[in-house]
Amino acid sequence: MKQLEAESIEIIREAVATARNPVMMYSVGKDSSVMLHLARKAFYPAPPPFPLLHVDTQWKFKEMYAHRERMVKESGVKLITYTNPEGIAQGVGPFTHGSGYHTDVMKTQALKQALDMHQFDLVFGGARRDEEKSRAKERVFSFRSAGHRWDPKAQRPELWNLYNARIKPDESIRVFPISNWTEQDIWNYILQERIPIVPLYLAAERPVVKFNGQWILVDDDRYPFKEGEKAVMKMVRFRTLGCWPLTAAVESDADTLEAVIAETLNARGSEREGRMIDSDEPGSMEKKKQEGYF
Amino acid sequence: MEQQHAKDVLTFVEDQANKETLRFITCGSVDDGKSTLIGRLLYESKNIFDDQLQALESDSKRYGTQGEKMDMALLVDGLQAEREQGITIDVAYRFFSTEKRRFIVADTPGHEQYTRNMATGASTADVAVILVDARKGILVQTRRHSRIVSLMGIKQVVLAVNKMDLVSYDQKVFDAIVADYTAFAAEFKFDSIMAIPVSGLDGDNVLECTENLAWFKGPSLIHHLEQVPISLAADRGDFRLPVQLVNRPNLDFRGFCGRIAEGAVRPGDAVRVLPSGVRATVKAVIDGFDEVEVAKVGSSITITLNEEVDASRGDVIVSAERPAEVADQFEAKLLWMGEHAMSPGRQYLMKMGCKEVTATITGIKYREDVNTGGHMAATNLELNEIATVDISTSAPMVFEPYTTNKLLGSFILVDKLTFETVGAGMIDFALRRASNIHWQALELDRKARAALKHQESRCIWLTGLSGSGKSTIADLLEKRLYTQGKHTYLLDGDNVRHGLNRDLGFTEADRVENIRRVAEVAKLMVDAGLIVIVSFISPFRNERRMARELFGEGEFMEVFVDTPLEECERRDVKGLYAKARKGELKNFTGIDSDYEAPEAPELHLRTTGVSAEACAEQVMNALV
Repeated sequence: MKQLEAESIEIIREAVATARNPVMMYSVGKDSSVMLHLARKAFYPAPPPFPLLHVDTQWKFKEMYAHRERMVKESGVKLITYTNPEGIAQGVGPFTHGSGYHTDVMKTQALKQALDMHQFDLVFGGARRDEEKSRAKERVFSFRSAGHRWDPKAQRPELWNLYNARIKPDESIRVFPISNWTEQDIWNYILQERIPIVPLYLAAERPVVKFNGQWILVDDDRYPFKEGEKAVMKMVRFRTLGCWPLTAAVESDADTLEAVIAETLNARGSEREGRMIDSDEPGSMEKKKQEGYF
Repeated sequence: MEQQHAKDVLTFVEDQANKETLRFITCGSVDDGKSTLIGRLLYESKNIFDDQLQALESDSKRYGTQGEKMDMALLVDGLQAEREQGITIDVAYRFFSTEKRRFIVADTPGHEQYTRNMATGASTADVAVILVDARKGILVQTRRHSRIVSLMGIKQVVLAVNKMDLVSYDQKVFDAIVADYTAFAAEFKFDSIMAIPVSGLDGDNVLECTENLAWFKGPSLIHHLEQVPISLAADRGDFRLPVQLVNRPNLDFRGFCGRIAEGAVRPGDAVRVLPSGVRATVKAVIDGFDEVEVAKVGSSITITLNEEVDASRGDVIVSAERPAEVADQFEAKLLWMGEHAMSPGRQYLMKMGCKEVTATITGIKYREDVNTGGHMAATNLELNEIATVDISTSAPMVFEPYTTNKLLGSFILVDKLTFETVGAGMIDFALRRASNIHWQALELDRKARAALKHQESRCIWLTGLSGSGKSTIADLLEKRLYTQGKHTYLLDGDNVRHGLNRDLGFTEADRVENIRRVAEVAKLMVDAGLIVIVSFISPFRNERRMARELFGEGEFMEVFVDTPLEECERRDVKGLYAKARKGELKNFTGIDSDYEAPEAPELHLRTTGVSAEACAEQVMNALV
């Protein structure tokens, strides 16, 4: 754990030392929480010398917004939020426009717009190599051409701890400091360091409905109930957090961090199981990444 | 019950936190079944989730090459191009753990055009698992991969003889391949080669030894990987901290951030900043949010120093007693990874540790045939070629040979226009300037310059204990020469230490460097036609010999100013002996550091009962 932490801090420092205008993606999830914690350690006693960027799809869980405000206050880091104005104008949402279109407009396009607007040349992301097959081949310093495209065949060789962060104008680099962590490591570290996380990761009675065979938390009044359909109260928690209609809850009694870890240990499904965008079509994550998705 | 549960989890988390991580690379020829074997490792160690298994079943039907059986390779071949072509293009990193260890596997491509990707995977690996297809035996690719593994400094090798199911689990086939490989790999001097027969497809000997391979008495692949030694840089080494950045949130705090490449550091330690050599002492060591008593190799830390010293990104903070080497000319192994060939003389950006400089390959000594190991002459280097080269940097670099420390001995070269990473290098050793920079032949020589001054240029080297009278004699000698119209210069130990050598201390290593510099300066002055008087304690024979060898026959005159220690100590002009006796001065010659008296000096001045003037007179006479 100590070595993983040291490696991540080394990567964060290296990125900051070479970047002109770095930013850290902040999704409010558990990986983001670990990233922020690592960044604070890397620059202690100073606060991290870069802002956090939250691409707000306007469909995040209410508890995520509350947690975000708390962490910003506590860490002294500057927060930038961004929502795609065209998306707002069109009233894009997952129920009305489908998960694919919603994710593209409110996440992928919004991210590109935000990065262009602020001219960030280096963006920290919390992706891990154990999450998804195409992630397993991504570099720690992942190069993006103008237009934020990822070309898996033109990745720079990455040897030892020598990261090549040289880029031309309009190009950018995504840096993944926790590439070598597994989901288990994340939980262990959160427990060991007592890192605050969104309470949604812990089981509680919550109003849910069955949608495409999975439990969806009804987080606000935007859920389009069918005739006669209504939410039921269930003990549920989340293994990952995204937009509330696109992230399924799992039934669980694990209401403490320790219990969550015990449950993760025995889990038979991967954490991205509850993510609806990964398995739309073969190679779907790779495609989204080539188009600029994180 | 609940509490017991929570306690178990805490114990578990602690165990996990303390588990060692072994990084290994799998390599081998194109169809040796690497991806299948890794898929099998993940599967057998229960690191595959149900939804991934389901996806595997459906993918197996769609892309699978194993008929009814599950195609384990699909678990790891992530990019769509790979699935369609059934090959592995890029390095994929996989994670699994057993009760004993955590593992990070770099699955690397077998094709020749992806050698660079293999080197990438190998650069951070402790162990290499080299796969061989039992039906095919050792192939050209097996040889190439073994060579790269050896070049990248991996010392532990596992020879996994795969697809044993296709040769009816025949022990003779296995034995023959092992004999072949052992003979071929002898030149690489691996610390260990563990040969294991396996079947990635059916799982024999991956986790458990099975009936099929009952004749094999060794461990299964996973069991071997659980106990093979991890080549962690031992923390017995000398402290080395490459400075990644300087953290300066306010005027009161100036922290040097980096990850310890070797050794350990504690508050109060004496350190030096290289390449400048400035000395300082460690004030505090900060690891995360805490000040700690000690930080060891591999830790990402911040240190503060008691002194206001100038250090910035790219410098290396090192143990003051045992600093690292600094040089700007090296011999190195170079793997070329660029599409455009490397030409000597062209400039590249070089990144080594946290330092970026401009570097030029000044010459290719020889290119190595990756398949046979043969040495060949070369004028340039193409993609995936490996050579031994001379390289010159625009600024001095702090380094250790790659075989001593991978982090301090490795570098990458970056193209100045495209910014692509085009080369990976490993330093063998520093080249001495003299052997690398070709001396500019000049029309005017030493004799001509000296003749203009109506003299013969010389180096008069006075050696002796502190307080033996060297400086007094030297001073008188120079005055006499001056009154005779000679052009002279006096290099005095104390004076030179205020300028040219102010970064040096009194350790043995520093004294050696002190003398080397002075000897070089004296040589330049002699070459300029001057009579140079050097007045240095210069306690070691070796260094005086080194100085002598810089000069031509008859140009160098060693004068031993022989005053007994008791007499020097009685005089104690500068009060240094008193201090040294009290222990306030370390490494003081004659007290706690040796003086090696000259065996055959040109002139032996016994000063007892003789005046300084008389001594100077003796030197004058010897000069004629």
